[in-house]
Amino acid sequence: MDRGVTATPVRTKEIDKVAEAHSPLAQFEIKRLVPIQIGDLDASFTNSALFMVFTVVLVTIFLVLGMRRNALVPGRWQSMAELSYIFIANMVRDTAGPEGRRFFPFIFTLFMFVLVGNMLGMVPYGFAYTSHIIVTFSIALIIFIGVTVVGFAKHGIRFFGFFLPPGTPLLMAPLAVPIEIISYLSRPVSLSVRLFANMLAGHTLIKVFAGFIVSMGVFGFVPFAFVFALTGLELLIAFLQAYVFTVLTCLYLHDALHMH
Amino acid sequence: MPQLDVSTFLPQVVWLVITFVTLFLIMWKVAGPRVGNTLETRQRRISGNLDKAAGFKKEAEAVLEAYERAMNEARAEAGQVIAKAGAELSEKVSRREAELAKRLTAEIAESETRIEKAVSDAINDIGQVAVEAAGQVVRKLTGEDADEGAVGAAVDQAMKTRP
Repeated sequence: MDRGVTATPVRTKEIDKVAEAHSPLAQFEIKRLVPIQIGDLDASFTNSALFMVFTVVLVTIFLVLGMRRNALVPGRWQSMAELSYIFIANMVRDTAGPEGRRFFPFIFTLFMFVLVGNMLGMVPYGFAYTSHIIVTFSIALIIFIGVTVVGFAKHGIRFFGFFLPPGTPLLMAPLAVPIEIISYLSRPVSLSVRLFANMLAGHTLIKVFAGFIVSMGVFGFVPFAFVFALTGLELLIAFLQAYVFTVLTCLYLHDALHMH
Repeated sequence: MPQLDVSTFLPQVVWLVITFVTLFLIMWKVAGPRVGNTLETRQRRISGNLDKAAGFKKEAEAVLEAYERAMNEARAEAGQVIAKAGAELSEKVSRREAELAKRLTAEIAESETRIEKAVSDAINDIGQVAVEAAGQVVRKLTGEDADEGAVGAAVDQAMKTRP
């Protein structure tokens, strides 16, 4: 941008636009591919929406076509599909308990949606919709509301007892209850920010180092090595964050079902 | 920062809801049951095979038991047969022994009576011979025939005094 300082105002704007395109944050830009307006509702089909549709298609292909032969002894693809199913089924059983089985389709969807979203961000020219706080927060909010509803549906008014951990002296209640309530209410925030920040930071970091490759000329191999290593790390984080997101959801579900 | 551009929030949320609900429905109604059924079928098949194997094992054990029982029965029967044969044999032997003993005693008794008879016959014959001899001795000595009755009485008396 320094280069634009001495240029004419018109050129400055142009260069700003170019600089913006190379900015580490440019990759998160939402582009309206198909503007759709329903009344006052802006339902434009954006690049984010495109990758969400990709996710649906990919997961469906992965699971439905993977299981199409329905073999007793699974092949590689079917084995992977089954493995993902068993992985989440075990997670739900171990973390949320046997009663959590009813919520398995939702948890499985959640895991796949977040995992594939994270992974699509690692594909060149890809877009990680999970790097947008509004997406992760919406999902977290749905989970938060859903879990709270489950808690009240199962325990009724006694679910308020959740805010006073068992064994707490009554003298401590004025202190413990507000802390518990705040911690409960901050769940969707921490859940969504954790995923969003991880994705944002990872992709930004890669982009920053990738920018150095060209600007450092001959020594560009140093940041290139960094980018190479970071890509591996990011793949790990993409999986890990999807896992953490899902495990925490199961944990919240467990709290709602069993109250501690 | 594009993430804070509020104008992009609504389209993202709208499509998030559309795609998430679609994926959820697919997972719930199609993909999940499909994978679940396959896993369940496999589990059932495996446990079924295990059950079958356990059944076969039990059957084999039953067969083995029956075999052993039959074997024991046969052994017991064989022992019985052997004992019976032994008893029969010893009975036969003792019967034969008894028969032999009886026959031998009868023969001994018969022989004894025969010997006794022979002895008495011999004694009688000796009396006769003695009478004849005495008669001849008398004739030689006297030159005339001796009275037979007197000779016989004398022999009888002699034999009585010298048994």
